Amino acid sequence: MMIMIPDGTNAAGGGPISNEKASEPGAHGDANLLMLAPKKPVWKRIPNFGLLGWLGIAILCFWSFLALFGPLIAPHGESEIIDGSLSFSELGEGGFLGLDYLGRDILSRVVYGTRTTLGLALAATAIAFLVGGSLGIIVVIIGGLLEDVASRLVDGIVAFPAIMLALVVVSAVGSSLSALVLTVGLIEAARVYRIARALAQDVMSMDFVEISLARGESRIWVMWHEVMPNALIPLSTDLGLRFTYSILLLSGLSFLGLGVQPPYADWGVMVRENLLGLTFAPHSVLIPALAIYSVTLAVNFLVDWNLARGNRDISNELVK
Amino acid sequence: MNVLWRLITRRLIFSLYTLLAVAIFVFIAAEILPGDAAQAMLGQAATQETVDALRRELGLDRSAFERFFIWIGNLLQGNFGLSYSTRTPVIDQMALRLPATLLLGGVVTLVAVPLSVVLGLVCAVMPGSMIDRIINTTALCLVSIPDFLMATLLVVLFAVTLNWLPAISQMNNGMSAGEIARALALPTITLTFLVFAPMVRMTRNAIINVLSSPSIEMAMLKGVPRRRIIIHHALPNALGPIVNVISINLAYLLSGVIIVEYIFAYPGVAKFMVDGVSSRNLPVVQICALFFCAVYIAMNLLADIIAMLANPRLRHPK
Repeated sequence: MMIMIPDGTNAAGGGPISNEKASEPGAHGDANLLMLAPKKPVWKRIPNFGLLGWLGIAILCFWSFLALFGPLIAPHGESEIIDGSLSFSELGEGGFLGLDYLGRDILSRVVYGTRTTLGLALAATAIAFLVGGSLGIIVVIIGGLLEDVASRLVDGIVAFPAIMLALVVVSAVGSSLSALVLTVGLIEAARVYRIARALAQDVMSMDFVEISLARGESRIWVMWHEVMPNALIPLSTDLGLRFTYSILLLSGLSFLGLGVQPPYADWGVMVRENLLGLTFAPHSVLIPALAIYSVTLAVNFLVDWNLARGNRDISNELVK
Repeated sequence: MNVLWRLITRRLIFSLYTLLAVAIFVFIAAEILPGDAAQAMLGQAATQETVDALRRELGLDRSAFERFFIWIGNLLQGNFGLSYSTRTPVIDQMALRLPATLLLGGVVTLVAVPLSVVLGLVCAVMPGSMIDRIINTTALCLVSIPDFLMATLLVVLFAVTLNWLPAISQMNNGMSAGEIARALALPTITLTFLVFAPMVRMTRNAIINVLSSPSIEMAMLKGVPRRRIIIHHALPNALGPIVNVISINLAYLLSGVIIVEYIFAYPGVAKFMVDGVSSRNLPVVQICALFFCAVYIAMNLLADIIAMLANPRLRHPK
């Protein structure tokens, strides 16, 4: 496998890596040409995301806004009971989106849930990349027995369906928010580790690494100056997918009753809480579920656009 | 063929290591599960003496270290242990759940694999066309969908609004074929939609990749009809990645469909394991974990073998 660096990366912002490595043989052949091109004004350097890509950006902006300012906008409190006798009310009755099984305002709970759902998923993704990414690279640098043992362990984790593993771990350590984030983050970290390790191995087999080692650079220097910069950009294309998987995993856990615990408003929790009303008040289940879907879809639109730039396809990256 | 046998034996030995790692991991995870099987079985009202007696009977009074080696020893003799709750061999209970999982997984495979390979081929024949773009975008939309949303949408549509199909898929003995088909319909549609997208897109891209190779150009220059090029020249060469993505999805179907089983109350292996986790029934959790891991390894091995058989260059390495 060659490292694939999406074509537009250099054009869209340069970055210290391409400038630094431009003279290295084989790393970025086209970087020289791009640097000679006259600088375009900022608005012309915004890449064309395509219709679906812009749609994705719009959806993400919308939810980010709600996550930041939601509590100022929400008409009611997170778990404030509006009217207990109106539970599972119809759309518009008691609140714009109706009331849930306890008579709480669904709109307010969706707004509050934005912060929980997206915040937890972001934190889990960050852990996955920090732990998985750095371990994957460090292990290649050290090599030897450590690399083999770590990789076999990670194989064992990956051989297990993520949701089942998360279930076992969460029922062992409990469903506190930090435990959830750590569990999901570490499960995803196993997947990130594999990609990071493969990328680092590719870089390590490059001529310029061999030259660095031959001229007497330490392995730590090689890690910082050669492996990290060259592995990080392709690794970051995985960020979006890991984020969607974290959302799906966390909300799946919440849906099964082992994730975020009530009375927190989390979209997965809302789906579970209102499942009883599926037959007569389906909107109370479908609205939070659609909220989750809108985020995963928006991220996947952007991931698809980003991968297409580098002539890759999302199907190569999809491992449930 | 020699290469193939060497690959299979090497992979089987490696998979034993992985299975062992999973066994150790599950054992440790189960050790730190709070609560105690004996207490859970007898309820809160039980006296300390009865709980202690049951713990002795189940062997829970020994150290974790001792129990682990007893368990591994039994495992090597094909003895998976007794369920804490029913006192029957877990392998028998597994045998009751397995057909349901295999049935659902098999039906979904029969529907989803041909459908997605054919649609992928259609896209690959006409890249950039309207059909290609519609199928591609649909696949992208389907792959992002959370499983509970897909399942609840279908229940609302087919069970509540149209009232065509049952909302839950309870399986009983003595159901007629028609009843089984009706019970399986909604879970099958849900899972088909969930696994279909990666397979379509992988088929499309693998074929398009092969179509740009010199051998295909040669076939075109010879005047081989387009359909024949796709089926006889491109498809066999693109089989490796296609089979790979199919096998990953099959492994998912056999082990990771807990949410679908939960929503439709389907008595599959995933639900068996979740029940085992919630009742601290360690032998059940262990056998399920080993089963999932074995499925994953077997599917990967199968994919590699098929890829090798389809690719002469892998079959006869220089």
